[in-house]
Amino acid sequence: MSTIKLYPPKPEKVYFFGTCLVDLFYPDAGMAGIQLLEREGIEVIFPQDQTCCGQPAYTSGYHDQAREVAAAQLKLFPEDYLIVLPSGSCAGMMREHYPELFAGQPEEELAKNVASRVYELTEFLLHVCHIQLEDKGEPIKVAMHTSCSARREMGLGEVGPALLNKMANVELVEQARVKECCGFGGAFSVRHPEISEAMVTDKVEAIDATGADAMITSDCGCMMNITGAAEHMNKDFNGEHIASFLWRRCNES
Amino acid sequence: MSHNQVVQEFHPRVHEAITNPQIRANFRKAMDGLMDKRQLAFPSDDELQRTRELAAAIRLRALSKLPELLEKLEANLTANGVKVHWAETGDEACKIILDICNEKNAKSVIKGKSMVSEEMELNHYLEEHGIEALESDLGEYIVQLAEETPSHIIMPAIHKNTDQISDLMHEKTGTNKSRDVEYLTAEARQQLRERFEKADVGVSGVNFAVAETGTLCLVENEGNGRLTTTVPPVHIAVTGIEKVVENLEDVAPLLSLLTRSATGQHITTYFNMISSPRKEGELDGPEEVHLVLVDSGRSNIYQDDELLDTLRCIRCGACMNHCPVYTRIGGHAYGYTYPGPIGKILMPHLAGLDDAKDLPSASSLCGACGEVCPVKIPIPKLLVRLREESVAGDHNHDNSVVKGRGAKRKGMEPLIWKGWAKMHKHGGLYRTGTGLATVFRGLVPSNLGAWTNCRTAPKLAKTTLHQQMKARSQNNAASQKKDGGDQ
Ligand code: SF4
Repeated sequence: MSTIKLYPPKPEKVYFFGTCLVDLFYPDAGMAGIQLLEREGIEVIFPQDQTCCGQPAYTSGYHDQAREVAAAQLKLFPEDYLIVLPSGSCAGMMREHYPELFAGQPEEELAKNVASRVYELTEFLLHVCHIQLEDKGEPIKVAMHTSCSARREMGLGEVGPALLNKMANVELVEQARVKECCGFGGAFSVRHPEISEAMVTDKVEAIDATGADAMITSDCGCMMNITGAAEHMNKDFNGEHIASFLWRRCNES
Repeated sequence: MSHNQVVQEFHPRVHEAITNPQIRANFRKAMDGLMDKRQLAFPSDDELQRTRELAAAIRLRALSKLPELLEKLEANLTANGVKVHWAETGDEACKIILDICNEKNAKSVIKGKSMVSEEMELNHYLEEHGIEALESDLGEYIVQLAEETPSHIIMPAIHKNTDQISDLMHEKTGTNKSRDVEYLTAEARQQLRERFEKADVGVSGVNFAVAETGTLCLVENEGNGRLTTTVPPVHIAVTGIEKVVENLEDVAPLLSLLTRSATGQHITTYFNMISSPRKEGELDGPEEVHLVLVDSGRSNIYQDDELLDTLRCIRCGACMNHCPVYTRIGGHAYGYTYPGPIGKILMPHLAGLDDAKDLPSASSLCGACGEVCPVKIPIPKLLVRLREESVAGDHNHDNSVVKGRGAKRKGMEPLIWKGWAKMHKHGGLYRTGTGLATVFRGLVPSNLGAWTNCRTAPKLAKTTLHQQMKARSQNNAASQKKDGGDQ
């Protein structure tokens, strides 16, 4: 990415939007993200009425329904605090697509305002918090998979690896075709199961070939997809959200 | 429009391709090679991004004045002695070409590469009317020998490896079996040379039609394009109405991006600029030059500000080279003339969304296509727009120009999304819903069908993040209260 993004100074308070996948399947990743932020001295506000960013309906073409759900989320952030999400895909939805989704609607201004405050967790930790990480874990070899939304929509391809490289005992290895999609794509994985299967199988093989002990990602959709396939294929690497990974290793005794 | 390619539904075609190791290996290898070459052709990302901006602006400017530029193009070509024809449909374009052939008593046509002629199935049409059409581009020639259609818009025979080509040529033309690409190429060239001499008409495509000067530009590597457009006494160029650009200066950046994006070449071996038939005293060139401008649904796209971006395309093929779906299923599985990402956004307009209904959803929206597109077509965004059109899922587009809109709005799906919206727009409802879901987490069927064919089922967490955060804030409140009470 050649565009230079300017980041604000570290704020006192942020909103945290957990995302529905984290909420239901990987709450520990969300909690780890919150704790990493709190460790930076930031007060984290978790609006209890949050549900889903609306992306599943949006990418399926049901924009009226996506708008209904997104409109409800717009109301959750009344103060001008920044909004942090542990997912490039949902952050991308809010930052890039909310303004389009509400163009010409009464909520247009609010949608633009919310969008402008959205940050993905890892970029926030790296570029806003300038986080210091003290790795207390055992030596480990990991491969990173950055979601396509984080990489292309948000321009964050370098962020995850940069955080992992701050960890003294973590060896980051790169799988072949690192930028290629894992084949999740939300409903794509069930609408076109054979294509998705071919993609995720290749992704698992590529990660496995590096000999990594774990696959680290910042998006739970990719994680569910890649680790689900790896388990099915009896591969012996684990998957972990980058927030859980960092939090755990910085707090190991 | 008729399209003989579609013989079965999308998923069976995908299955056939994806389970064919030869297809998988041929495409993977070829696409890896093409991606590497493109990468090497753009050593500076800054330069790439600047040129993309410029190219996108050039195409956008041309499209914004399309009617005016087409008139200018016609006027200038006519003044140069080129005959211009307009065709609303592919069939009409075929008819125009047939009429020209008949007028000249032509029995054989030699063709340079032209995707528009594929789109309108010109070869079949001519053959049905007793005129032999021979492809002279090597890839097209191979595809024609195999009685197939192109699987890529730049490299039509990319689905075949050298062994397969050698076997095919041996079987159909009697060449020796060989892995020596140079030998095979030389043999094919020899066979083609003889045919050039006999051809009555040459048919070619057009890469850029320059309005201000009345010039038809043709980009190629084999010299067959030059032969097609100069040796036979009549040259007929055929192209879509969107290929027009305003002036000659516009061509340079587009050409530079086209060749680098397509094959990683800084320039192709041949770049032909055709502006008139043979003039008095000239030793070669055709006596007559025609241009057939085909609409075939394009002016429909033109009426929509967002969909209009589709027409910026300069047919470089980079989007397919970088597409993880195309790499896995190859070009034929799509079932249409234009495969890959550009096909997914273009075919619904040419064939109708009811016909091409599976194309817009067959993408993970990974964005690799949009990232490499030299004219910055926002392909993922257009895919989402077409998904919306397929299910007529947004009242914003009630006056849509998309043919076959709403073709996929059926069954339970609209109801499911309505239910989903209802649950997710009320935080309270959502929490009870997920709360309940966690209670029943042991009951989630471990066979989620499509998902679990190749993956284990995801496991619902014992407590949601909502519940954990709620418990946390209650604890905090309680301890604060306690702290307060102790004071
Ligand atoms: S859509 Fe873009 S990348 Fe694809 S063929 Fe057209 S110009 Fe090339």
